[in-house]
Amino acid sequence: MAIVNLQNVTYKYPLTDVPVLQNINLQVEEGEFVAVIGPNGAGKSTLCYTLAGFIPHFFKGELTGTVEVAGIESHNSVLSEWVLNVGLAFQNPFNQISGAKYTVFEELAFGLENIGIPREEMMRRVEDAMKLTGISDLAERSPYSLSGGQQQRVALTSILVMQPRVLVLDEPTSQMDPIGTREVFGVIHNMAERGMTVILVEHKVEWIAQFADRVIALKDGEILLDGPPSEVLTSSLLPSNGFGISRYTSVARKAKEMGIWNGERLPVTLDEAVNGFRSAVPKEEISGARTK
Amino acid sequence: MKIEIKDLHFTYPTGVEALRGISLMVETGEQVAIVGQNGAGKTTLVKHLNGLLQPSRGQVLIGDWDTTKHSVAKLASRVGYVFQNPDEQLFSRNVGAEVAFGPKNLGFEDERIRELVNDALALTQLLDKTETNPYDLSATWRKMVAFASILSMDTDILILDEPTTGQDAVNVARIAHVLVELRKRGKTVITITHDIDFCAENFERVIAMSQGKILLDGKANDVLGQDEILASTYVDPPQLTRLAKRLGLKNTVRNQEEFLNALKK
Repeated sequence: MAIVNLQNVTYKYPLTDVPVLQNINLQVEEGEFVAVIGPNGAGKSTLCYTLAGFIPHFFKGELTGTVEVAGIESHNSVLSEWVLNVGLAFQNPFNQISGAKYTVFEELAFGLENIGIPREEMMRRVEDAMKLTGISDLAERSPYSLSGGQQQRVALTSILVMQPRVLVLDEPTSQMDPIGTREVFGVIHNMAERGMTVILVEHKVEWIAQFADRVIALKDGEILLDGPPSEVLTSSLLPSNGFGISRYTSVARKAKEMGIWNGERLPVTLDEAVNGFRSAVPKEEISGARTK
Repeated sequence: MKIEIKDLHFTYPTGVEALRGISLMVETGEQVAIVGQNGAGKTTLVKHLNGLLQPSRGQVLIGDWDTTKHSVAKLASRVGYVFQNPDEQLFSRNVGAEVAFGPKNLGFEDERIRELVNDALALTQLLDKTETNPYDLSATWRKMVAFASILSMDTDILILDEPTTGQDAVNVARIAHVLVELRKRGKTVITITHDIDFCAENFERVIAMSQGKILLDGKANDVLGQDEILASTYVDPPQLTRLAKRLGLKNTVRNQEEFLNALKK
């Protein structure tokens, strides 16, 4: 049975007339790694809030349809029960940090305190989670003294420590350098391998292609495409609808028009692009020593 | 307006040595991207350009002004700074007032303020949002409001700290379009970015920083092709640069046009 089940979900924020989510139907199996892409304003963050129970419990407005996670329907639940199953790392970590704690360690323990985890276990869990995301050295720092990238790691860790069954991440690496991004994707991938369900909003298409099982393209509050990364991320519908795509895909599409793309289908990753272009490279353009 | 930085050192009160001998010339009208890992000193460096930070050692010249001899308020007439996080700089009730705040403070005539505000809103495609409260806009649009509120000050130098963070393809294209317009107007632009593909496609000169020093400074193709040096500051070359390298192309390419041209030969 699907762990996440959305049926005909439509939502309007208070005092607005236009629904931000329109008739969303979405089933996610336990352990699936689903990436959500879409232009700004497509409803990605709103979808995250809906999955995390902030809608309808924190944001008012008008929610119709049913939102079910782990067999519980959000209308019939309370947030304190909901958070045991779903964790959300915010797009802007600054908005997530409680403001009630002086150190990163305490911040990470905050959620566990609230659900009454025994002290010993709490400390163990916080230490393990910090190791996982590589922030052990930040334990005694104030959450507010950190850089954007570090705050994002703290925000992610404070959710991981709760060990939710469904992990919802709203652009978790937007303020990180490429190596930070790679490390965090490694952590998320790890979580997914251990059977955690991951729903990730992300613009960095190259990473999605490597790790996600499935991609959902959201546009104007509706699901435009839903399928495997290799299909969704190379769809010609993406560029025409304002979605960002990988440079590998766009250059290959152009090359195909020019008759110099020899791959079967358009590439999303570097390896796919290398394979498809290899035979198209003129000999005189090749330097003496090929790099790996 | 020219920027000249001479052997700049900066140590934070905590003892962290964030800049360790930066020397740099940026000519009038140049557009320069600064890349490098978190903590490399990029933001610390640009905060010296409008006097938010003062050198521990060395000198920063904005045109003929030494930044230690002029107030931040005075320097604001020459250097506009768009913060990474727009929420750190927005405070007005509506977009129009926000964008008018800067030029008003520079003491411009009403007529000129109107023109500058209108121009900045048009460039950032915000004309239909003049009456909106910035905090009723999405984070994406707030970022454009922050950009517009600096554009309207008509400074000769603009600093953009991570302009594409959290922006979708359409907005990145909008920002690139503003950069083209600024180039036409002869504005000097310094941009900090982690978005290496954006950097490759929009900047002719790239500076890579690491641990408070300049690692590489030169033409985009020369800098972006140095994958091993870039790796030491946690930067991956742009996607098409990496692709060309893997395919064994002898010249460094950084955008679609250069890549396809190499294949067509």
